[in-house]
Amino acid sequence: MKKVFQKPESLTDAKNHYCPGCSHGLIHRLIAECMDEMNIREKTIGICPVGCSVLAYDYFNCDMLEAAHGRAPAIATAIKRLLPDRFLFTYQGDGDLASIGMAEIVHASARGEKITVIFVNNTLYGMTGGQMAPTTLLGQVTTTSPYGRKAENEGYPMKMAELLSSNEGSAYICRTAVNNPANINRTKRAIKKAFQVQEKGLGFSMVEILSACPTNWGLNPLDAMKWIEDNMVPYYPLGEFKVKEEQ
Amino acid sequence: MERVLMKGNEALAEGAILAGCRGFFGYPITPSSEIAEYMARKMPKIGGVFVQAESELAAINMVYGGASTGARVMTASSSPGLSLKQEGISFISEAELPCLIVNVSRGGPGLGGIQPAQSDYFQATRGGGHGDYHTIVLAPSGSQEMMDFAMEAFELADKYRIPVMIMAEGTLGNIMEPILMREPVTKFSEKPWATTGCRGRKPNIVNTLHLGNEELESRNHQLFNKYQIIKENEKRADAFLVEDAEIVVVAFGIMSRIVKKAVIEARKKGVKAGLVRPVTLWPFPDEHIRTAAKNARLFLSVEISMGQMIQDIQLALAGRVPVEFYGRIGFTPNPEEILQEIMRLAEREGL
Repeated sequence: MKKVFQKPESLTDAKNHYCPGCSHGLIHRLIAECMDEMNIREKTIGICPVGCSVLAYDYFNCDMLEAAHGRAPAIATAIKRLLPDRFLFTYQGDGDLASIGMAEIVHASARGEKITVIFVNNTLYGMTGGQMAPTTLLGQVTTTSPYGRKAENEGYPMKMAELLSSNEGSAYICRTAVNNPANINRTKRAIKKAFQVQEKGLGFSMVEILSACPTNWGLNPLDAMKWIEDNMVPYYPLGEFKVKEEQ
Repeated sequence: MERVLMKGNEALAEGAILAGCRGFFGYPITPSSEIAEYMARKMPKIGGVFVQAESELAAINMVYGGASTGARVMTASSSPGLSLKQEGISFISEAELPCLIVNVSRGGPGLGGIQPAQSDYFQATRGGGHGDYHTIVLAPSGSQEMMDFAMEAFELADKYRIPVMIMAEGTLGNIMEPILMREPVTKFSEKPWATTGCRGRKPNIVNTLHLGNEELESRNHQLFNKYQIIKENEKRADAFLVEDAEIVVVAFGIMSRIVKKAVIEARKKGVKAGLVRPVTLWPFPDEHIRTAAKNARLFLSVEISMGQMIQDIQLALAGRVPVEFYGRIGFTPNPEEILQEIMRLAEREGL
């Protein structure tokens, strides 16, 4: 019998803790499939954040570190510099990356660190119960923007892909979504391209992934997917923002 | 070996390199910057890594990452910078990652000044960041020890899987003294826990999260069992003329050299003074203090602070002998004023 589908070797057998309809499990799988296909599991070191994916070190079947909130790019920088032939990825949420870890991500990008950042943008702090993040949309209600985010009070949502694409050190910056099969396939292609950019030593790479948090959005999983399409994609356009070619 | 004239900060940096340090991650701050500058010059020539981080936070987290590869890595800063690093030091302590953290210390609180000070004693010896933990803290007293302690720090760090801190007053970083160069270290221990890619083995995880009640408690006990072993093995102090001393002065770092002069002068005036110099600030050499208390009528803690180590001396003596304090901040007490204080106390006690 021909085996046509199986769990990637780059994932462990651990049962994950994610809510129904959450995109983390899916994104983990896409990363793991890329690691399998590129045969890099044994030379990959992953760094997980503080947030819902804090336990990701239990789910990826490779060497893993757990970082302090926002600091994953600094940790990845040092490891990559000391072990330049390994693959480094950080897995970060929007509070971790765009708020408390803003300095670390901007400077890792500016230095052109040869690491791959998987940036999961679900517009809020998930693990702590749905507070406002730098990525929360205008008008969006969260537990700390209970009357809806207002520009005059909380400022504007941050577009990290656009911001980091302006750094010379960024070699590949892409924004995708995981709200339908076509976008899921595009996300996987983007992750693989980011790893390939790292392999070629071209510089910093990041894939920003628009993802669902049905629990904190107060939506069922299907409506959450639709919410990505209707609310996130118009503000956070999908596509490649920076593609540095080989010299 | 040849004798060379070296600035304390550079002697420390060279000592680290001789010990096999191949990763330096730092942020500029007076009076520690010469360490980063020395590393920036040297690391590219010896196949090492130098990164000027965007912040002290990033620097200490680079140390977290670097140490997790099993490489010998370090950072250096000064007091306000050490405050910023505390988050990372807590994580590094829990993850049991060996590394060297240097504090070429200056006065505070706040931005304070750039005068040498010892007022980070509590921060250094009590853990400094959140949670229950300790780092080994070594206090050198001259350029030679800046080099030697840097080398020793890496050995201790690897032996116990613990961050080791060198606390040196700004003076030590910046004075130049002739030192004997040391031989480079060639033997390093295996680090099977390092996250280097899992080829041929099960994945390694460097983590500080322990969500279960029992798991968290047992992790803390594991750490404290290790700290107990360190306390049993690594307390160090130098004693000078304490055998018959009636006034025992306690001072560390550069201060201990200045006090020594005052003790010699006091002896000439017929006062039986002695000196205990803690070499390890944590673990604190409490047994050395008690041994020196044999004939003591009183102790005197001399510090470049408002009085911090005095608490450890009091704890060590448990009320058996009174402990006086003399300290300044912004200035470093000179031998004359310490002598004056010893003579004043001797007269008061009828010694």
